[in-house]
Formats: sequence, C-alpha cells, structure tokens
Amino acid sequence: MITTLKRAAVVLAFSASAALAAGGAGHIEDVDFSFEGPFGTYDQNQLQRGLQVYTEVCSACHGLKFLPYRALGYEGGPHLPEEQVRAYAAQFEVFDPEIDDWRSATPTDYFAESGVENAPDLTLMAKARAGFHGPYGTGISQLFNGIGGPEYIASLLTGYTGSEREEAGAVLYGNDAFGGYLSMGPPLWGDDVEYADGTPATIEQQSEDVAAFLMWAAEPKMMARKQAGLTAVIFLTVLSVLLYLTNKRIWAPVKREAKEAYKKNNGKMPAE
Amino acid sequence: MSGIPHDHYEPKTGAEKWLHSRLPIVGLLYNTIMIPTPKNLNWMWIWGIVLTFCLVLQIVTGIVLVMHYTPDTALAFASVEHIMRDVNGGHMLRYLHQNGASLFFVAVYLHIFRGLFYGSYKEPREITWIIGMLIYILMMATAFMGYVLPWGQMSFWGATVITGLFGAIPFVGDSLQTWLLGGPAVDNATLTRFFSLHYLLPFVIAALVAVHIWAFHTTGNNNPTGVEVRRTSKADAEKDTLPFWPYFVMKDLFALAVILLVFFAIVGFMPNYLGHPDNYIEANPLVTPAHIVPEWYFLPFYAILRAFDTEVWLVQIVHWLSFGIIDAKFFGVLAMFGAIVVMALAPWLDTSSVRSGRYRPMFKIWFWLLCVDFMILMWVGAMPAEGIYPYIALAASTYWFAYFLVILPLLGVIEKPLPQAETIEQDFIEHYGKAKDTASGGTVATPAE
Ligand code: HEC
Repeated sequence: MITTLKRAAVVLAFSASAALAAGGAGHIEDVDFSFEGPFGTYDQNQLQRGLQVYTEVCSACHGLKFLPYRALGYEGGPHLPEEQVRAYAAQFEVFDPEIDDWRSATPTDYFAESGVENAPDLTLMAKARAGFHGPYGTGISQLFNGIGGPEYIASLLTGYTGSEREEAGAVLYGNDAFGGYLSMGPPLWGDDVEYADGTPATIEQQSEDVAAFLMWAAEPKMMARKQAGLTAVIFLTVLSVLLYLTNKRIWAPVKREAKEAYKKNNGKMPAE
Repeated sequence: MSGIPHDHYEPKTGAEKWLHSRLPIVGLLYNTIMIPTPKNLNWMWIWGIVLTFCLVLQIVTGIVLVMHYTPDTALAFASVEHIMRDVNGGHMLRYLHQNGASLFFVAVYLHIFRGLFYGSYKEPREITWIIGMLIYILMMATAFMGYVLPWGQMSFWGATVITGLFGAIPFVGDSLQTWLLGGPAVDNATLTRFFSLHYLLPFVIAALVAVHIWAFHTTGNNNPTGVEVRRTSKADAEKDTLPFWPYFVMKDLFALAVILLVFFAIVGFMPNYLGHPDNYIEANPLVTPAHIVPEWYFLPFYAILRAFDTEVWLVQIVHWLSFGIIDAKFFGVLAMFGAIVVMALAPWLDTSSVRSGRYRPMFKIWFWLLCVDFMILMWVGAMPAEGIYPYIALAASTYWFAYFLVILPLLGVIEKPLPQAETIEQDFIEHYGKAKDTASGGTVATPAE
C-alpha cells in the first residue's frame, strides 16, 4: 500500500514538472492594462498612441483587414473626431473595383491587408495569442490575469534577445516571448515615433500602447459587452433573491409539516 | 400520463369540453406541469431544466446568427467578424452561443453523473437513460460541427482530425471519410454540409427531449432514496410527492437564475476563457497548429481515443488476433465510442438491486473515483501525447471501462447495502425534522441529501 502511494506521488510529481516544461514555452510579462477586469475600459489616449505606432511602424509590413477606418471614431475606441477619421483614411489609397482604379480611402473602407507576404494580419492577433496557461495546463492563472494576448504582443516587442540565426537564407531573430526564433526583426527600438501628447516613447511604452490598440482592434465591442454583462449580473442577482424568497415561502408550510410530524413521532414514522 | 395516482384535468365549460373531445391538449399540459414529483429531490435534480433552457438558448441565438453568417470557406471567417463588429448585439449573440455550448455540456455532465450516482438508469427507467445517451451523442455531433463553422484554425484542424477517425475504419474507412467530407479533404463541401446538419440536429434533439420527458413522466422521477413513490392509493402517493407546479418550478427557476448569473458573468467578462486562441486565426490548410486540442467537453473521450497507441500490449494482441485489421488507430476509435456505449449499457451492467448510491457503501467509493477519473481524463486530453501523459491517459481510460464492465457487475454481488428509507415521506420528514430551526420555522429548500 505504502509503496503504491509512493509510486503515485512520484508519478504525480513527475507529471507536474513535465507539464511545466510543456507550458513554459515563452516568457510573458504581466502588464496592467486599463481594460482588464470587469470594469476595465480602454484608455482613449493610449489607443491613439497605439494607432500612431501601428501606422508609423507596424503597417509597413502588417495589415488590419477586418478593421474599417470608421471604427477609429467610435466611442470607447480611439474616438477620433469625424474630420480626423476622414483625414486619416484619406492618407491611404484603395483599389475600387467599381471604377476599376485606385482612389483615396474613405471612412467606410478597411485598413490595408498585410503588405509583406509572411507578416500575419494583426486585427485579431490580440485574441489569437495567449499568455501563460498554467499551472500544469489548468489555465487557472488566466482566470486572474486574462487570456494574455496583449501581454504577449507587448512582451514580444520587448523580448528580443539580440541573437540572430540564419535558416534557408532568411535571418531569424531570437525572442524570449516567442520562445525561439522568428522572422520579424525587432520593429521597435525606442523613440520610433514622437507622441503628440508628449509621452516619452520608450520601447516599453510603445509596445504597451500598440498592444492595447491591437486589443481594441480585435475586440472593439469589449466595453459594450462588459456593460451588458454587468447589467445581466445585477438583474439576475435581484431575480435570484426574489426567486429564493418565493421558493422559500412556497416550501415553508411543507417543511413545517415535516418538522411537526418528526417531533410528534419522535423521529419515527407514523404507523401506516 | 404518469403511473402515479393523481388528479386529472376535467374540462368544465362548454368550450373546454369542445376542445378536449377533439384535442386533449390542455389535459396533456395539465398532466405534464402538475405531475406528482418526489418531495425529496435535491439540488442535483435541477439540471434537466437547465438543459432545456440551454437547448432553447442555442436554437434562438443560433437562428439569429444564421441570418448573418455565410457558409463559404472564403467568407465564413469574415462573416463571423462581421457579426462581432457590425451586427447590432452580434458580439453578445455570438458569445452567448459559443459559451452556451459550454453551459450545455456542464449541465449534461452533471445530469449524467447524477443519474449514475442515484441509479436513475435502472429498471424501469432504461428507456429514459438510452434516449438521454442518444441526446448526448447528438449534442456532441452538433457541437463539433458548430465549432467548424467559424472556419478558424482549430475548426479546420479539429474537423480534419475527427473526420480522420472514420478513415480508420477498416475496408470502408477511406470511402466513408470522403463521403462525410464531400471530397478528399476538409473544404467548402464539408463546411456547407456541417452547416446544414448543425442547423438540423438541434431539432432532432428537441424531439428526443420530448420523448425523454415522456418516458420519465411515465415511470415517475427517481429521487435521492431510489425508493419508488407509493402507488397504492392517491392519498399514499400524495404523502410522497408534490405537484411539479409550483414547488419544483420555483426551485428550478431559482437554481437557473443563479446558474445564469455565473454564465452571464463569464460571457460578459471572460467570453474567450474556454475557447482556443488559434480559432481567431483563419483556417489555413498549409499550416498545422502546434497542438490540436478539441473543446474542453470532448477532452475525456479524446484522451481515451489517444490512450490506446501501438505501445499498449492489448492493442498489439488485438492487432495480431485480427490479422492486422484492427490497428491502433481503429482500436482508439473503438475505445472512444465504446466508452460511451458501456455507459449506455449501465442499466444492464449494474447488478445491484439497490437503486440509490446513498445506500451503497462500496459503490460510493468507486463512483467518486469515477468522477475523479473523468476529471483526470479531461485534463490529460489537453496535454501533448508525450512523456508521462500517455500512461496517465491509459490508466484513466482503463478505469473508465473497468468501472462499467467489472466493478458495477461485481458490486451488486459482493456489496452489503445499508437499510434504505421505507418511504420518500419518511426520508423527507427525517431530513427536515433534524434540520436546525430557523426564524421562519423551516430551512430553505436545502438538498435532501
Ligand atoms: C519589417 C516588417 C515588419 C514590421 C515593421 C513589423 N512586423 Fe510583426 N511580423 C513580421 C513578420 C515577417 C512576422 C512573422 C514572424 C514569424 O512568424 O516568424 C511578424 C509577426 C508578428 C507577430 C506574431 C508573432 C507570433 O506569435 O507568431 C506579431 C504579434 C507582430 N508581428 C506584431 C508587430 C507589431 C506590433 C509591429 C509594430 C510595432 C510589427 N509587428 C512590425 C514583420 C514585421
């Protein structure tokens, strides 16, 4: 018996460490984003800064094909004034099949697709990546820290180790968050953009800003969703209390009867 | 409807009589809603209502989602994003539908394990149990096909892996798989037929649910004692039961409200927690994800599927005895379906004459082990098939089969059951008689267990 237990303990301990090894591919910093938690909201200024980083750096290679320019004006998002949205869109050219020619973009057009073949589209990137799914593959940490997509992006951008490798003619760059080598060279070095609001454009600041912006791009309805969730939770709490009281009231006579029957018969059943 | 003596609907006015002699629908509804229900049902008897609610929720949200979804490999992923971004309330509908599937499976697993503990599958409720198992299998088929529709990476690769199982069937496998997919690989033809069936099957489930309810309304509910309601007279039956309305309707609605509270918190605050990030990447037949993991509710059976690899001596023996027809892959498929079949056969594998696990001291231990086993299978199903995991999966799978094929039949012979409650009334009186006094003179509907 004892030996079986010991063996079981060894098996458990071993499986635990194996799980840890499997789950610990890349190192992801936990970032306190403003939109975390049930009451968290996007920080409008941060989204605008993130948009700037995206526009001036990432868009050289990446696309945001599911995001229309008009979304930049939405409340809860970067919330740019209408004329700024129009001006932002007008910087870009889109191909219009109706006139069979290129024209300048309007707010109803979508952001361009990725211009570099193997650079993935970033619209949903913040939901397509995750942070630490531990401990032991249970995902409990994500319950408290969130799924970790934006954290992953921020860590990726700051996680370059500096080592490079060549594979089949292409240069690969070592990255701690990626947990290996990827073909995107470090896109940010610090002071890549000049923020209009005077925020120092450190590499960490830019990474977090663009990560927040990409989270918004992936989930523009997050705030509406949380609000609906909160309303539902409040409504259902009240409903639960009312139903609890109703249920209690309905059952009270039946239970009282049972109690009395029990007392009367001293715990024994009335004879049939 | 029920065999328990009770009041029946009597048409009184002329109009009622007119209708009743032509279509006794009011009587049917009356008998259904007023069905005598054992007084002592505990909180594990609420899952039926939760499941019914889930079915309605999925059908209603699903029908609206279909209005905006496009079943075409080139457009499906974008149309889901269109729902998430542009359709009024679309993101809520989509998240409700997506997480509704999880709620559905939480409820069905608790419902099934409730039945396993209290012996609800036993004579005379075998038909109810079998219909329930059919519903469960159809639920899995529906959920699987639904998961393919957003056309993300996991949709595509999950479909590829799971339909590949049919390809493992000897002789006919390849043709069968091609026929299922509508082509040599998962593609547009697969998407459109899955879409069609995903829309159809919930209505088949709804019909089976009606039969399920019909069956247990005929036998009467089981209850935590497993002792049957007395049918000797209406007066006796009334001592053991209360009408479904209002007693159990209110209790169930209260439970449903609490469960929905949790459900809406998940949908509102962490709707992607149970999903897989890879499904936010559009399907790409050229890029295989590092780990192909099915949704959590398939994991226990997925673990059983993978547990029987070529290393297992049983697999090797069967391979040799069958002249190579049953290889490891096919063995895994058989094991996975077999795991559900043995569960469906529980009414005939359980030899004990005592229905409720409450009075079965040895059974209790093995039952709780089965619950732990199920959780282990779920966890190991999400782990890569390397290192120690295949051994854990194999041990846990073996226990699953041993429970149904060896332990249940043996226990009935060797176990000495405890004395059972004489009547449901007695159980009820004892439970509330012993309960501590509260201000209102009775405890709230705490479980009778
Ligand atoms: C010079 C072109 C280029 C620029 C500029 C660029 N990227 Fe990339 N990015 C790539 C390529 C190429 C890949 C694919 C890497 C791979 O999979 O090996 C990639 C991959 C990624 C990934 C996915 C990594 C993964 O987990 O697979 C993210 C996230 C990302 N980029 C974010 C950004 C952000 C944010 C910016 C702007 C700050 C940016 N990139 C700027 C080329 C670029």
